Order: sequence, then structure tokens, then C-alpha cells
Amino acid sequence: MILIIKICNKRFHYYEFIKPIEDVLKKNKIEFQTIHYKNVSDMLLKTAEKIIISGTSLKDNGFVKDISYFNWIKEKNKPILGICGGMHILGLIFDGELKKQQEIGLTNVELKKEFLGFIGNIEVYELHNFYAISNEFEIFGKSKKCPQAVKHNNKPFFGVLFHPEVRNKDLIVNFVNI
Amino acid sequence: MKCGILFSGGKDSVFATYLAKKSGNEITCLITIISENPDSYMFHTPSISKVKKQAEVMNVPLITQKTKGEKEEELIDLENVIKKAKEIYGIEAIVTGSVESAYQASRVQKICDKLNLDCFNPLWQKDQFELLNDLIESNFKIIITGVFAYPLNEKWLGRKIDQIFIRDVLPLVGKYKINPAGEGGEFESYVLDCPLFSRELKIKKTDASGKQNSWRMEIDLV
Repeated sequence: MILIIKICNKRFHYYEFIKPIEDVLKKNKIEFQTIHYKNVSDMLLKTAEKIIISGTSLKDNGFVKDISYFNWIKEKNKPILGICGGMHILGLIFDGELKKQQEIGLTNVELKKEFLGFIGNIEVYELHNFYAISNEFEIFGKSKKCPQAVKHNNKPFFGVLFHPEVRNKDLIVNFVNI
Repeated sequence: MKCGILFSGGKDSVFATYLAKKSGNEITCLITIISENPDSYMFHTPSISKVKKQAEVMNVPLITQKTKGEKEEELIDLENVIKKAKEIYGIEAIVTGSVESAYQASRVQKICDKLNLDCFNPLWQKDQFELLNDLIESNFKIIITGVFAYPLNEKWLGRKIDQIFIRDVLPLVGKYKINPAGEGGEFESYVLDCPLFSRELKIKKTDASGKQNSWRMEIDLV
């Protein structure tokens, strides 16, 4: 089972930030369960094979002050994919700092090394006002403005600042299949 | 939340309004851009009188803004009308019916960010057949008011979106790359009834014009 952790604090954002991820999994007949970050239980984290942490809207950033809800990440060794806000969380949990940088819309990203089946120049969809990178992560790809694809040095933790549920949906499938 | 809806009167913006209400939001006002450019990148071009009728049966105030529909200028017009909606009605968020267009969605996102408004796109990335089926199941009565791609022609004008419509559009998807929900601008639609309306809008007469694979139907409502 893939656990999708929803970071939206406004319920109506489900349709834009969670449902498209669920639809990619459904289309590929992958079993999943979705839960809000405040309701995550040890049991769920234990039964999940892999974990996806979603993004949310530009204004809906309550998850930043709630970062302590994500302390369980440090204890885990199973694959995690953080998307946009989910990537901020991976950075912050490993002592990265939140930095201001806005990118909205279609943007080019250069992946210098293979990252979840993608390499070279790809067109991605962006929607962020910040990013956060920890020293414990290696940068696999960048846009003109900032890092876009990172992986933890020792753990199977992947972060993308762009939204693969909008463009490059296969990245999510490749993550599930690693 | 108090929501202002970017509203064209077609199926996507009306369905987005329906989902906003269903999710517990207040439909505070409808915002309609009337573009003088039929090829606008951003906006469909409904006739203002038709949108007024819909606002009436929804009992929601309507703000309209004309634009010449030139590429960057229409974004300034959009920003101004959203700003006006914020000042007059105190909206906290914008809702759009964007499904696939990154161009459209990212422009609205930027404006909302600048004006400190949240932005909701409840149909974003939605499967086109799922969308059509949801509309039918949710008791939306929608008719086709425009077709703009081969092999669509005037015979499609006035058709109701129902299971027979889905059956007929299905073979065109693979063969002609027609998007079944018309997000690529293949179809223009108008909502005559839905659960948000206090009564069904009735057509008095229609007037089709166009040629080959580009047709539009004007409707006069009772």
C-alpha cells in the first residue's frame, strides 16, 4: 500500500493537490490510502510500503509551523517522495532552511543524473514561493532559479519541487516501482 | 471561505462553483470577463445576458469586466476585476474551472498570489470522461453552443451532454485527438440547469452561424 500524506489544511484543495496523485495511482492499479498529516499513525507508517507527501496551494502553508508532526521521517528507511511542499518538509526535517523563491507555471529543469527514470532537460509544472534543501541531500536537477530534484545521501528519500502529478506523471509511477 | 468564481457560464466553471459550495464554501460573487477577441488565450466569450440569467437563478452577484482580449492586456483587466471583487465583496479566494491549461492556471495563480488570495482549481487534471460523467450524475443540463475543431460541425450545436453525447464523442478522441470535455477549445457549452439554480433556464430561440468546423449558436432565453 502507498500512503499519501495530505498537507492541505483547507479541505477544498484536495481536488487540485491530492486527487491528481490518487488518479495516477488508480490508473496504474496501485493500492493507496490518503491521510492528513495530523492523523498519521504508527500503524499506517508501518504498513505503508512507500510514502508520498503531497504539495498544497501557495497560501496554504500551515504545515511549516506544524513541522514537528513530521519527526517520524527521521526514523524511517522506506521510500518517501516529497512533492513541492512535501520536498520543503524533507529539507526542513533534516535541518534545511526555508528560502524564498517563486516559480509558477511551465519551467525547464536540467537533470544531470538519472532521477526516477528521468534525465536531461524536462518541462515541469511549478507552483511554489519557497524551497528548502538540507545538506544531507544531493541535488540531481535544477531550474534556472533553484534545486528541483534531490535525494537523501543514505536513505531512499526523494524530493521534487515541481508537480509530477501535472506534468511527468510517470515519475510517480517510477517511484512506486523502485 | 468567501469565494469569487471565474465564471463563463460553461460546464467547467459552473461545476467548479458546485464543488466549491459542496465543500462548504460561500459563493460570494461570480466574475465574468467579456473578451472582444474570439481567439483569447484566457477567456471564453459568453454573451453577458446569458451569464446574468445564471447569476440570477443562483442568487449570486455578478461582476463583469470587458477586455480587448490582447495577450498581456487581458491579464491586467483580469487582475483589476479580481481586485474589485476583493474590495467590494471581501472574497478570500478565487475558484477556477481550469482542467489542463498550464497557461491559464499559472496566470490566475500569479494574480491571486499578488492580491493575497487563495486559489482553488477543483477540476485540475481531472480525467475528461470522469468529468462528463460527473456532470451527468450531478444533474447538470448542458448544451453545446460552439464547436471549433475538425470533424465537429453544426450538427453538434444544441446537443445535450448525456450518455449518447459521450458515446458519439468517444471515437473522435483517438482518431482526431478531440478532447471529450472540450478543454482544448473544441466545444463551448452553456449550463441550463444544475443543483445551484432555483429554476431551469428555458430556450426561446437559437441562431447558428459559422462555416465548416467552426460554428457558434446564440441562444435567447425565455
